[in-house]
Amino acid sequence: MQRIGVFVCWCGSNIAGTVDVQAVSDALGKEPGVVFSTNYQYMCSQAGQDMIKQAIKEHNLTGIVICSCSPRMHEATFRKTAAAAGINPYMVEIANIREQCSWIHKDMKEGTEKAIVLGRTAIAKVHLNTPLVPGESPVTKRALVIGGGIAGIQTALDIADAGFYVDIVEKKPTIGGKMAQLDKTFPTLDCAACILTPKMVDVAQHERIRIFSYSEVEHVSGFVGNFDVTIKKKARYVKEDVCTGCGLCTEKCPQKKVPNEFNLGMDNRRAIYIPFAQAVPKVATIDADYCTMLKTGKCGVCSKVCTAKAIDYTQKDEFIEEKYGAIVAATGFNPISMDKFDEFAYSQSKDVITSLEFERLMNAAGPTAGKLVRPSDGVHPHKIVFVQCVGSRCAACAEKGKEYCSKICCMYTAKHAMLTRDKYPDTDVTVFYIDVRTPGKQFDEFYRRAVEEYGVHYIKGMVGKVSPEGNKLIVQGSDLIANKQLKIEADLVVLAAAIEPDKSARPLATMLTASMDTNDFFTEAHPKLRPVESPTAGIFLSGACQGPKDIPETVSQAGAAAAKVIGLLSKDKLTGNPCVAHSDEMMCNGCSTCEKVCPYGAITYQDKEFRGPNRTTLIRRVAQVNEAVCQGCGCCTVACPSGAMDLKGFASKQIMAEVDAICK
Amino acid sequence: MQVNEYKPKIVAFCCNWCSYAGADLAGSNRLAYPAEVKVIRVPCSCRVNPMFILRAFQRGADGVILCGCHPGDCHYTSGNYYTRRRMALLFSMLEYLGIEKERTRVEWVSAAEGAKFAATMNDFVATVKSLGENKRLEDLRCKR
Amino acid sequence: MQKITREALIEKAAALLSEGKVDRVLGWKSGEFSYDVTPAIFNNVEEMQKDFVYGDFSGANFSKYLVKETKKDGKVLIFLKPCDTYSFNQLLTEHRFDREKVYAVGIPCDGMIDENKIKQAVGDGILSIVSESETVKVETLYDGVKELNRADVFSERCLNCKSKKHVAYDELIGEDGLVLDSNRFDEVAKLEKMTADERFAFWQNELSRCIRCNACRDICPACTCEKCVFDNPNSGVENKAAANSFEEKMFHIIRAFHVAGRCTDCGECSRVCPQHIPLHLLNRKFIKDINTFYGDYQAGAEVGSRAPLVNYTKEDIEPSEAVNRGDE
Repeated sequence: MQRIGVFVCWCGSNIAGTVDVQAVSDALGKEPGVVFSTNYQYMCSQAGQDMIKQAIKEHNLTGIVICSCSPRMHEATFRKTAAAAGINPYMVEIANIREQCSWIHKDMKEGTEKAIVLGRTAIAKVHLNTPLVPGESPVTKRALVIGGGIAGIQTALDIADAGFYVDIVEKKPTIGGKMAQLDKTFPTLDCAACILTPKMVDVAQHERIRIFSYSEVEHVSGFVGNFDVTIKKKARYVKEDVCTGCGLCTEKCPQKKVPNEFNLGMDNRRAIYIPFAQAVPKVATIDADYCTMLKTGKCGVCSKVCTAKAIDYTQKDEFIEEKYGAIVAATGFNPISMDKFDEFAYSQSKDVITSLEFERLMNAAGPTAGKLVRPSDGVHPHKIVFVQCVGSRCAACAEKGKEYCSKICCMYTAKHAMLTRDKYPDTDVTVFYIDVRTPGKQFDEFYRRAVEEYGVHYIKGMVGKVSPEGNKLIVQGSDLIANKQLKIEADLVVLAAAIEPDKSARPLATMLTASMDTNDFFTEAHPKLRPVESPTAGIFLSGACQGPKDIPETVSQAGAAAAKVIGLLSKDKLTGNPCVAHSDEMMCNGCSTCEKVCPYGAITYQDKEFRGPNRTTLIRRVAQVNEAVCQGCGCCTVACPSGAMDLKGFASKQIMAEVDAICK
Repeated sequence: MQVNEYKPKIVAFCCNWCSYAGADLAGSNRLAYPAEVKVIRVPCSCRVNPMFILRAFQRGADGVILCGCHPGDCHYTSGNYYTRRRMALLFSMLEYLGIEKERTRVEWVSAAEGAKFAATMNDFVATVKSLGENKRLEDLRCKR
Repeated sequence: MQKITREALIEKAAALLSEGKVDRVLGWKSGEFSYDVTPAIFNNVEEMQKDFVYGDFSGANFSKYLVKETKKDGKVLIFLKPCDTYSFNQLLTEHRFDREKVYAVGIPCDGMIDENKIKQAVGDGILSIVSESETVKVETLYDGVKELNRADVFSERCLNCKSKKHVAYDELIGEDGLVLDSNRFDEVAKLEKMTADERFAFWQNELSRCIRCNACRDICPACTCEKCVFDNPNSGVENKAAANSFEEKMFHIIRAFHVAGRCTDCGECSRVCPQHIPLHLLNRKFIKDINTFYGDYQAGAEVGSRAPLVNYTKEDIEPSEAVNRGDE
């Protein structure tokens, strides 16, 4: 039996004005288990708190009920008071007789009656309270960043600069991501490489950053502060620590017909390659799908020309196991495939290209060395049509496109149009758009410049069809403002393809037990207040894997994710919320129902041995709650059919006792 | 005032993050609603087991209302979505058994909606009052 | 009469036993009366030849027994009628038994007979029941032989059979059937059309007969909890007596809610109820609502599917809309 003390606060006249506090403390003093009951002007004041501490000691109280303002106001205060007097802070319950009683009920009798009921309800709950101790877990002071694009780079640099170790896992042979493929960046038009490559070098040279390039995350277990990760380092058949990146092998390799993915297949590379000149790490990689030596055992040219003796045809995939305190997903995006958009003749004509392909065409390091020519015949185009929203905002065509706005296309299309007109004033540029969306610093000004200074023709309307005719492309579209159909003869058509999360994100989310939305973007813990955290504790989100983003936004989010990681890693121990779910193994069916509703992936299952009848042992599958991950929502407690799952601090019995007290 | 005015018993489950804060805001703004409403604080609306609701009726409640964050705004991201399904099915079942559907309600009240909380409670109490005492789900043993 | 015979099943079992593919057989055993069939474990062919039966009264769904049977050593043979296979899958989804320890033989079903309907038709004193393909000949102590139309004495769930298709098996005897378009929700819809007072009266009349024998729970393949909330003194709902109308209602609401989204509508609860309470109408109400609100869902149709109550969409119906659908 608990020894309960009741403390009724007047809150000056805030409570005492409409509640007879003396009557409340008298009535509650008669409740079973209550050994002490009093009232005071300001319970939260130092004098009030001292009164509580003294009563705890004098009356050997085991539980405390404070009838005062909302627990949202002073629950923490009174818990500390209780702890200071030597009883468990979770033995305190608050009856909210201010916000939910005295302030809303003008009638003294009514207010007093309700205050007594609320007090009784809290007493009923305290009777069933048990001391709760928050769990503690250590923190591994190392972060893993998955994805080495600008998002991952920025996050890694910020974390490492704060003094923590960071590993970057990048599936491609080099870090840099999409930004490395871009030509110029909006709204300033500085070249992407000029601002990105120094950061890549910073990463490479940072004493606390390791880069696992050409690697993938294979397995993740553990929880916040304590993740165990297996990283697969794919065989690149070149000793990374020996290769000097001289590039001789990539010139001598006889296999010349490999589509160059860095240039989106617009030119070819060798079977041994370095994706681009500023690659980090600047190490060659052998493409096993094309290497004659690996396929037939006959060649070995690269090995012969390599003076550093870096080539190793026998290299195997390597698996690295490492512990991390925090994981950042920065898996980025890709333009969607244009296969299902044949109305734009993408597959029929080489001169219908995507915007990313256009970036490569304009890039000085691209397949045409920056000369804007038609991919089909190398002739300079005089008329270019840009089509926006190809696959974006496509609610009606959800099976081929995306319902959401890809966010970046309006701006990069304006950029492309402007760059074209700047470099080639003889080229006429038309942009078809649904809306032009330019919310961003200097964004609308940028777009206005494209229209006003560079004379780009913006037509509100969608293109219905592109058909190749001779060496021209006939673009049929509608002009919604002039209300007429247009037929434009173009030399080049550029499609602003919608962007989607990288395909690797979905399996990664499964490994991380991080939730995703229907579009496979990672879900944030709160869309407004916790935008860079996953609901799964210890998992953070950086860049376009959370939703479409431009570079400035990606970099700021990357920094924000880093700040959250730093906050986590700077703790020596994590103290959990003790009000977490708990499963009674004896009653658990192991049915996996609770696991399915847990938004945090806090529940796992284990086959455990139990004593069966007649000295036998039974193996039963039972749920285990990871207290460091559980946030205490209680969804699992209702999903559980057997009632094995309960929530500490808000146990079913406690809530039912409250119900009973109210209905009495 | 009538001497024997019928005072219904109303249990209101409120999630800690939105609706309980909304109830507090109603108090801060001195927005009155009947004293018959007594709030039970739960971490999330998804903590509310249908058994709690039946328990309340058994013990003599005349109405049970469940308040949570608006769909999409759950502090725990998805709790109220599960609540919505559970309660849609439970309430539909209660109605199927002939129990007055007005006795149960789910309302989404954000932390900023003090006025909505008060208005909801005023309306709910008035509705339950017009129905009178809960006879169809009462447990006579629990009546005083 | 079932097209598949007792002998055919014994023959199949004998083969599997002798090949060592299974160690024992879960099957139907004859009881005191021919319509009184109980589940049993047969360890060899001899035991089967002595007591094993299969016929129009072999309605019992044995999936649930696998929970305990697979805890033992060795492999068990189970015969599954189409509707049993749904429960089988549902239990697998919930990790309730070890699939490795089961050899499932799918068998066709020609509809099972409800002995209560026969009793209603012929009165007391039944001596024997002989089932033919279209008719059932019942010999009674007082009236001699009476011939009934077989379809007239089908159990409710067979009249509204939802599927002749097996959704799980290791081996199939005979041809597989199809998922059927049944009218199983008609009765629920009829109740929904009544006024609240009429519905209350209907259920008060039905549920007040409940004696809290727990047969519905004990037979239910979805009720395999290690400890049922109704047996748990800490659950707050434990009470084994039908003390009053609240107790009965609460028991049945909670029972139905706990299996909502998991109930395959096998109809065992209604079959075993000694008070003949149409309990399937509670389960079917949930199934009908689930289908209407969240799209068609058949529990057990596939292993691993996500039950409607552990799932959601952002556009789900609001509880207020759910109860007000009838008002327009």
